[in-house]
Amino acid sequence: MNIRFKFMKYRKIAGIVSIIIFSISVLSLTFRGLSLGLDFSGGTLVEVTYETPVELESIRTALTNNGFEDSQVVNFGTNLDVLIKVADQNGNSSIGEAVYNLLEAEGYRGELKRVEFVGPQVGSELRDQGGLGMLVALFMILIYVAFRFQYKFALGAVTALGHDVVIILGLFSIFAWDFDLTVLAALLAVIGYSLNDTIVVSDRIRENFRTQRDMEPMQMIDLSLNQTLGRTIVTSLTTLLVLFALFIFGGEMIKGFSLALILGVMVGTYSSIYVVANMLMSLTLIQEDLAVPEPEGAEFDELP
Amino acid sequence: MNKFSIYQYLLILVVLVLGFTYALPNLYPTQPSIQVAYTDSGRSADQMLLNDLEETLNDNNINYQEIFLRENKIVIKFNSLDDQLDSKTLLQNKLLDKVIIALNLEPSTPDWLKNIGGQPLKLGLDLSGGVHFLLEVDIDTAQQGRLELLLDTYRKNFKEDRIQVSNSSITDLKLNFELKDRDSYNKALNKLRLDSQSINGLQYIITERPSINSLSLEYSDVALREIRDYAVGQNLMTLRNRVNELGVSEPIVQRQGSNRIVVQLPGVQDPTAAKKIIGKTANLEFRLEANSRTSPLRKEEFVYKENELMTASLEKAVVVSGDRVTNANTGFDESGFAQVNITLDMEGGRAMQKATSGNIGRKLAVLFVEQKSKSELVTNDKGESVIEQTTYIEKNIISLATIQSVLGTSFRITGVGTPQEASELALLLRAGALAAPMKFVEERTVGPSLGKENIELGMKSIMMGLALVIIFMTFYYRVFGLAANISLLINLVLITGIMSLLGATLTLPGIAGIVLTVGMAVDANVLIFARIREELKEKDPQTAIRDGFSRAFITIFDANVTTLIAALILYVIGTGPVKGFAITLSIGIVTSMFTAIMCTRAMVNIVYGNKNIQELKI
Repeated sequence: MNIRFKFMKYRKIAGIVSIIIFSISVLSLTFRGLSLGLDFSGGTLVEVTYETPVELESIRTALTNNGFEDSQVVNFGTNLDVLIKVADQNGNSSIGEAVYNLLEAEGYRGELKRVEFVGPQVGSELRDQGGLGMLVALFMILIYVAFRFQYKFALGAVTALGHDVVIILGLFSIFAWDFDLTVLAALLAVIGYSLNDTIVVSDRIRENFRTQRDMEPMQMIDLSLNQTLGRTIVTSLTTLLVLFALFIFGGEMIKGFSLALILGVMVGTYSSIYVVANMLMSLTLIQEDLAVPEPEGAEFDELP
Repeated sequence: MNKFSIYQYLLILVVLVLGFTYALPNLYPTQPSIQVAYTDSGRSADQMLLNDLEETLNDNNINYQEIFLRENKIVIKFNSLDDQLDSKTLLQNKLLDKVIIALNLEPSTPDWLKNIGGQPLKLGLDLSGGVHFLLEVDIDTAQQGRLELLLDTYRKNFKEDRIQVSNSSITDLKLNFELKDRDSYNKALNKLRLDSQSINGLQYIITERPSINSLSLEYSDVALREIRDYAVGQNLMTLRNRVNELGVSEPIVQRQGSNRIVVQLPGVQDPTAAKKIIGKTANLEFRLEANSRTSPLRKEEFVYKENELMTASLEKAVVVSGDRVTNANTGFDESGFAQVNITLDMEGGRAMQKATSGNIGRKLAVLFVEQKSKSELVTNDKGESVIEQTTYIEKNIISLATIQSVLGTSFRITGVGTPQEASELALLLRAGALAAPMKFVEERTVGPSLGKENIELGMKSIMMGLALVIIFMTFYYRVFGLAANISLLINLVLITGIMSLLGATLTLPGIAGIVLTVGMAVDANVLIFARIREELKEKDPQTAIRDGFSRAFITIFDANVTTLIAALILYVIGTGPVKGFAITLSIGIVTSMFTAIMCTRAMVNIVYGNKNIQELKI
């Protein structure tokens, strides 16, 4: 088996690049924070659609003059759709109505597409639940991988997942994209996807460590990465194809979701090559780590 | 060589037939229909009403396809939207507010499918349009109300038992008794301890301070749970009744967590009106006016609703509260003013009779109880100024009338304002009372046009994604690619079938989950094909196919289990639409494993299994 791409040759550079991007993300998350969507921040959102474009500035003035100082008015998708957000922390559930009535009174009568109100308490609960869910997911996966493979793989896998999640969060923070529940869902799906990749690579490394006994660990990992490269590219490609379809045709409401997934698939593919393998090299994976012949292997061979 | 046993083919066949069968209901179009139910929620629609409706429709030559009783409603299906609207207007005009008529789109699933549990996919609010409310029940207020009752009871009981109390009060949800002497203290303590016993455990936590002869009592966790369950349960029932009044065809009213209630009204176009009816926490209390013999401890001052300068003092004891009201409607009195006719249940009637029989000539007040909220600036423990929302109860007198005769289960209240106000009050009374006040903590309204738009966009994404993947797979893997594509289509049918069978709800993120599954489902096949390609370098085609499938299996299994873990956690933490995503993703993972491993293999076996192939193009 020939090794076409010597991935591990660049492992130091990749490691440095990863660390830099990771650090920038952490910095941005610490100092800039995430621009939380309505689900997490609480407040009220009103979407109105018009038949002809309206001046956002005049809507803003109308709102400010009528006591909604802390409001944002933006176009949503097209310039016919107007999205108004009021960051009210009182948990007043009738702001949506008030805003819509005000628009009508000021002569901006349009079709009401949606009103969303999330009380401050619900917002913070969703925030806590989301964070907790993410940690629980990472932890359960760590246990599963440690159980099915070996702790060095588990550490590699979870480092890769942490790497992916932090970088995507960092990008959302840097570009101030709205982080809402659907993006959180996408992030968890990214964990699933990236792990998929990681496991395929790890599986091959494990197999090669058992069968190719006369190779250096570095060569072994390069060989495994080359063997799985075709699959990695094809799967990433098909997944990206559908995600772009979703991003382009799926509408405004799931733009953030598809964006997070697109980034996730890209970062996840990279991390399953460089982060996991890098970790395994750093933890000096040796033959003895995987010396126990796997009983499941024989059993599964009989299946289809 | 590469052959499945007959059982394996049979298994695939059974799964396919089941999947297709349960996906089938989604292909039948929906039909315009109306649902008729009695306004009085205690009464179920019956054959009599059905005959009545049937006759009215026939007399007016309105075509309907089918009329039948379902649960407590009568469902009538029509062939056209015009017939549906015409008949609604016609029936509503004839039966007035005796019935509530809701417009609906009824699935036209054939009976044989219905009998085996077949039903079309439910659409989430983001696809169907409608309103979602999350309400929080204020348990503290319910507890405060209980404590007030309890305090009243103990004052009476202690008096009867000659236990001397020098002071009693409620502070911070605790009952405090200061006893005159040690003897009274001991007697009171024994009594409280005895009362605290119940089959579920101790009801009270009693704090003893013998040095100052003082006792305080608060509800135990057991009792609090009971209070909470009762309050939430009662409110749930009341909300169901109120939602019923709105005439929504498939409403959802459910408890969520310990003290929240979810209300979902698909298809409701006017959220403001819905909110007004649902959110109203108005209730009534009937109380006697205090007279000279009423002790100052047992009376309270109230302001009139219409005139803030007028007050009256009433007894603290409530004769009957709004939750005893079984029916209420509007009418006009002799001089043409609006009045509300009220019917109480047996217990309420008995209480009313008892209270009024000895008190003819005294006045009976009707108190209007409303929950209001206000925001104020407070300083929290970190020293920051934050805005805090507090809710409070406001009680105003709406009528104070002389008791003319002994009242029973039915009587009337006059002087309730305009006919409009009277009918609103009647509606609220009919819909029942809340055991504890509630506030809106979340609201999501999706207009019908957005719902439709979301479905279209979602379908378009699925189609586009599917087309791209199919084209790619065909060119990249040829015959194997075709097999994978067929598996992919089967996969979509299976997801639809399983979701329909489970009665799962499809949401916009759910559609996104399906799209994502389309992209990721081919992964299993890609893994297998890549492996076969590799094996081909050393082995003959048949062995390569066999080893490719079996070697890839472990990898596919591990990779999917971990994704499943992430999806399940998402299901647990997610709400509404996000749960929809977790559901489709989980189902998609399982079905894609089945189709990639079993279906693709079966197809490959059928094409190549019995042949002696020299060269395999993959």
